[in-house]
Amino acid sequence: MAYDKFNILKSTAVPLPIENVDTDQIIPARFLKATERKGFGDNLFRDWRYHPDNTPKEQFVLNNPIYSGKILVGGKNFGSGSSREHAAWAIYDYGFRCVVSSFFADIFRNNCLNIGVLPVQVSPEFLDKIFKAIESNPKTELEVSLPEQTITILETGESQSFGINDYKKQNMLNGFDDIDYLLNIKKDIEKFAEDTPL
Amino acid sequence: MSKTLFDKVWDSHVVQHIENGPDVLFIDRHLVHEVTSPVAFLGLKNRGIKVLYPERTFATADHNTPTRNQHLPVKDKLSANQLKALENNSKEHGIPYWGLGHEKNGIVHVIGPENGITVPGATIVCGDSHTSTHGAFGAIAFGIGTSEVEMVLSTQCIMQPKPKSMRININGNLNRAVTPKDVALFIISRLTTSGATGYFVEYAGDVFKNMSMEGRMTVCNLSIEMGARGGMIAPDETTFEYIKGREYTPQGKDWDKAKKYWQTLYSEDDAEFDKELSFDAAEIEPMITYGTNPGMGIGIQKGIPFAENVEGGTATYKKSLAYMDFNEGDAMIGKPIDFVFLGSCTNGRIEDFRAFASIVKGRKKADNVTAWLVPGSHKVEEAIKKEGILDILNEAGFELREPGCSACLAMNDDKIPAGKYAVSTSNRNFEGRQGPGARTLLASPLVAAAAAVTGRVTDPRELMEALQEA
Repeated sequence: MAYDKFNILKSTAVPLPIENVDTDQIIPARFLKATERKGFGDNLFRDWRYHPDNTPKEQFVLNNPIYSGKILVGGKNFGSGSSREHAAWAIYDYGFRCVVSSFFADIFRNNCLNIGVLPVQVSPEFLDKIFKAIESNPKTELEVSLPEQTITILETGESQSFGINDYKKQNMLNGFDDIDYLLNIKKDIEKFAEDTPL
Repeated sequence: MSKTLFDKVWDSHVVQHIENGPDVLFIDRHLVHEVTSPVAFLGLKNRGIKVLYPERTFATADHNTPTRNQHLPVKDKLSANQLKALENNSKEHGIPYWGLGHEKNGIVHVIGPENGITVPGATIVCGDSHTSTHGAFGAIAFGIGTSEVEMVLSTQCIMQPKPKSMRININGNLNRAVTPKDVALFIISRLTTSGATGYFVEYAGDVFKNMSMEGRMTVCNLSIEMGARGGMIAPDETTFEYIKGREYTPQGKDWDKAKKYWQTLYSEDDAEFDKELSFDAAEIEPMITYGTNPGMGIGIQKGIPFAENVEGGTATYKKSLAYMDFNEGDAMIGKPIDFVFLGSCTNGRIEDFRAFASIVKGRKKADNVTAWLVPGSHKVEEAIKKEGILDILNEAGFELREPGCSACLAMNDDKIPAGKYAVSTSNRNFEGRQGPGARTLLASPLVAAAAAVTGRVTDPRELMEALQEA
């Protein structure tokens, strides 16, 4: 499925300064029973966000009206655990287009890139600066530039560059997906398969 | 440069290398289950394309299935709908589907090896992070997201940059009551849950050479829990003996030819790894976890570490202990428990049931414990009956359920209630993993069995000694 193009994103951010946020927290398994990709945002961080009786947990950041925006900022090792792409879908469906952390789990990072959510990995020090900036002013804006591969705290002008491979970068800038690419080289794949017995 | 085992398998599957981008990697065998596939099939429908190689694709129902009364219609509507979707999609695309009740049904990572779908040197993927299990056979196997499931269904390829390489060597002899699960939990406790992120791991040394295929699967299964994309072990006679004659493995002359190739799959002596770690087998004790990620494990006789001695943020650590309602410095031995879960793609194989039975034999399940014993497949279930293990379990007051992922991820009704403690042979102790509010202690089948008969965390060696004396 082709997805939204990503170029420059300027937004306030939602801070989640917890380490090892796993995909079971992002979307618990009992919400993976759908056969279509819709409505996952409602259950994003379900058990951190709601009490068992479905009333909101007021202290959780998504229930705090002071914080909003299209950027989610998480602690180290964000997205560990299960390969469920539903975690990335929930983040997207809720309205985030970018996740910032000092370290991402492998499969989660891939899943994000495959649906047009940009994972931005920064140094632990820069992550700390972002958390502090948001803490002192929740309306702090971040600017994420994919063409420049930079993330900037607009209030202070502090900036850091981030990595992404050229192929994925072009995909995200243009909203292309891998299947489009693979279907274009189908003949090569079929030839390869002939030479590769089961 | 001389190649590693991983290099040999990866390089032989690259269809195309994209400069400063991913490799296009050909996938030999694709395993599909009901939870991560429906949206991928929908994608194919929207593009108006069919599965390119249905003969390389295998489907089963496991994540979202009941473990009782599987002959009856599934009560939960959403679950039933998801199972129906996989059945229909399989039919439409000509994919073999081993649904509920089928003799080959079971957990995807148990039935792959059981039926010979898993072979050395292959590339194997599945929309499940524990696909790393199949690396036990010297295959490159890893979990993928649903977009990638769609890629493999439609083109039999995925696009990923080649990961870095790591080798973990463990030499020497394992202590008594130390199982492959303990070896894996020990490694993860040393590396943390992100210590191998970005790497593909090869396990080497005496400990893995001497390990059964079931044990190797347990170790490779847990590779993802230290962040690694996958783990693998060079195939040897133990491997060949396990797979010979299984349905989907090469037969006759093809077998000889395949075996000849498989025997070339090992890391060359002078191959270099991006990272190499070594541990001494004697260091490893029976393990148990006390926190909310699999890296939070300790030798069962030890106390819960103090925050200042733990790597990472203190706030995250304290949040984790608060969830478990444990304190820094607490001993794990003697902690009361409520549930025991034996099963999952980590420890749901015949060897795990043998180990569990060896402890509970001649004893009784503790009254305060609810135990869920869930075989990984119908074939495991059959073996349990055939070997007389079921009788031992029944005499000790345990029941056997029907195969599936069950309480490992608690998508079905097998949910540990809020606040309750479960000693579980599965793979994740995340908050709410086994049910909202559930508290999980990960351990081996021996530790689980000791807890099941005593009602508290118990060192299995105590019970083994008692047995020997008697």
